[in-house]
Amino acid sequence: MSAHATTTIDVNGHSCRVWTKGTGPRLGFLAGLGGLPRWLPFLDRLAETRTVVAPSLPGYPGATGHAELDTHLDWVLAVRQIVDKAGLAGADLVGASVGGAFAAEMAAIFPGHVGKLVLIAPFGLFDDKEPAADPWAQRKDVLPGLMCAEPANWNELVAAPEGANPVEWPIEMTRASEAAARAFWPLGNTRLEKRLGLITAPTLILWGDRDRVLPPSYAGKFAQGINKGINGVTRVETVPNAGHLAYLDQPEAVAKAVLAHFA
Amino acid sequence: MKLMWFHLMPYTELPEDFNRKHPSVWVDIHSSLFDPRRAHHMYNDFMDELEYAAELGYDAICVNEHHSNGYGLMPSPNLIASSLARRTTDTALCVMGNSLALYNPPTRVAEEFAMIDCISGGRLIAGFPVGSPMDTCYAYGQNPSLLRERYLEAHDLVKRAWTEKDTFAFNGRYNQQRYVNIWPRPIQDDPHPPIWIPGGGSVETWRWCAEMDYVYCYLSYYGYKAGLSTMQGFWNEMEKLGKDRNPYRAGFLQFVGVAESRQQALDLYTEPAEYFYGRCLHVDARFATPPGYTTEATQRAGIQSMVSKAANTASYSSKLSMKATNMKDIVDGGYVIIGSPDEVVEQIRHIATSLNVGHLMLLLQYGNMSKDTTKYNSRLFAEKVMPKVKDLFGEWEDKWWPKPMAKGQRAAVPAFRPQTVAAE
Repeated sequence: MSAHATTTIDVNGHSCRVWTKGTGPRLGFLAGLGGLPRWLPFLDRLAETRTVVAPSLPGYPGATGHAELDTHLDWVLAVRQIVDKAGLAGADLVGASVGGAFAAEMAAIFPGHVGKLVLIAPFGLFDDKEPAADPWAQRKDVLPGLMCAEPANWNELVAAPEGANPVEWPIEMTRASEAAARAFWPLGNTRLEKRLGLITAPTLILWGDRDRVLPPSYAGKFAQGINKGINGVTRVETVPNAGHLAYLDQPEAVAKAVLAHFA
Repeated sequence: MKLMWFHLMPYTELPEDFNRKHPSVWVDIHSSLFDPRRAHHMYNDFMDELEYAAELGYDAICVNEHHSNGYGLMPSPNLIASSLARRTTDTALCVMGNSLALYNPPTRVAEEFAMIDCISGGRLIAGFPVGSPMDTCYAYGQNPSLLRERYLEAHDLVKRAWTEKDTFAFNGRYNQQRYVNIWPRPIQDDPHPPIWIPGGGSVETWRWCAEMDYVYCYLSYYGYKAGLSTMQGFWNEMEKLGKDRNPYRAGFLQFVGVAESRQQALDLYTEPAEYFYGRCLHVDARFATPPGYTTEATQRAGIQSMVSKAANTASYSSKLSMKATNMKDIVDGGYVIIGSPDEVVEQIRHIATSLNVGHLMLLLQYGNMSKDTTKYNSRLFAEKVMPKVKDLFGEWEDKWWPKPMAKGQRAAVPAFRPQTVAAE
């Protein structure tokens, strides 16, 4: 299989990496906690029939500029610029975890910029009765099991590849966590609930049945919020044997569900 | 040199099995362990001890801020300091300090510190810590990625509120106030009360203190041996910046237990020291490293250089990993210095000169030390140690010490007389 292409775009004077691969209609992917320190089998699977475009959000691997963003509006407008500059305006969009919250914002606030939508365990809500876990207060040995059903999948994501700068690599991984915290500290609640009803894009919600960060019951809350608007066709699918970053645990099943929804 | 008496106000009755049954002394320590009726006595004992230290002639009494913390019962050190302002006359009041980013608006700090300065006749030392991750990011929910920027901006606002004569608008990134005009205003107005910065060992903090001409304080619980590399790093940086080696640019915290003999000191202080290093520092590591709390420059320094202990000690995780909890290791590690008065004199002189620190903050109460033992420790130190170390650094001027009103101009505070009839 051919390699993915790497380009950069400028957002608020900072460089953001864009990875592209495949043929067919464009499909955007906004990654979850940890970002994309490496290319994923999940993206390869999508690239079989679609042109996959995976931009890095500010502060995540491949991008800087998170320290410019102070408010949620700052973040939303940065993501909007990224969507446009990566050539994703109007394309189908997949967002997971923290990236999922921004994908939902795009669809709600800029409906013309999103075709169909898939949200994989998105951030943005918090339920007092079923509190989400705190991803920023975990011991190092506990974190992998929180992110993935199979802890090795998280460890593989963040492990320094051969030739990586031994000083800068761990700082980059911490920066990704900081970027997530900057936008979602302390509860992950961006009051997205108020805007879900604005989403008109046909939406599929995917949730790992073993998500230990965001309870799988949150899927229903998202569906309910979106369906309150004019969008009555939101579906929820559970991904068996998958944790919070379901696309790492079950790349085949998640890609298949995404492609089916976009078909 | 200045000898300052510091109280952390630890809860003194954490159970024996605390470490086994509870994950952390900080952030999520269980409410069932807190008995307010016992805390009534603790607070009153602690305040008696601080007042007693003032009577004994310590240069300052010091309080600090912690939240959701079983070894620090002062969410508001300002409340304690205001009471101390009324019950002491000449001792400096060192509030070490207010974590600026936790106050909304931060002018609250400018106001409360000005109140303490007015009540005390100008005896305030204003400490501005960023605050620990546990206090700021977890207990108080502050965003670790924004904390330092907010802290620095709040500092600018407080300083301007103290020094600008006219009402002004503050147009900050995080704080916007149309009318900044604090009443009351501090007595120490030339230009403002001395500002001291408790910090970890980051080069950025050292540079900032030098630029602002503030006192840098390294408040470690692990004593002079562990603190040496940090203080050396500080002085090396001062030299690079062309600053003199005035020891009053720096403050340092040290635990002390003095008695008639080394053996008696061991007998008296082993239990409170092991209580402190065992139970009080039992902090869950998951609360140590919120992302963004440690700057990338400091992370880089820590990773790049294994010999750069200065940067390593800036992270709370490394602080927590130094974990001697039995008295032999505590003493060998220099966390607590113990001995007869002469043995302690020798160690204090060594610490002051090797670290080049003119402001030594002493913890003479720690862990579950009783009031009687605390008073004994404090009195013996004041009578037998203090006179033999006070001469140090006499050649330097302490430009960072409070400048109170002249004694004859200050209000006479009548002695407290309990009423005979209890209030209903």
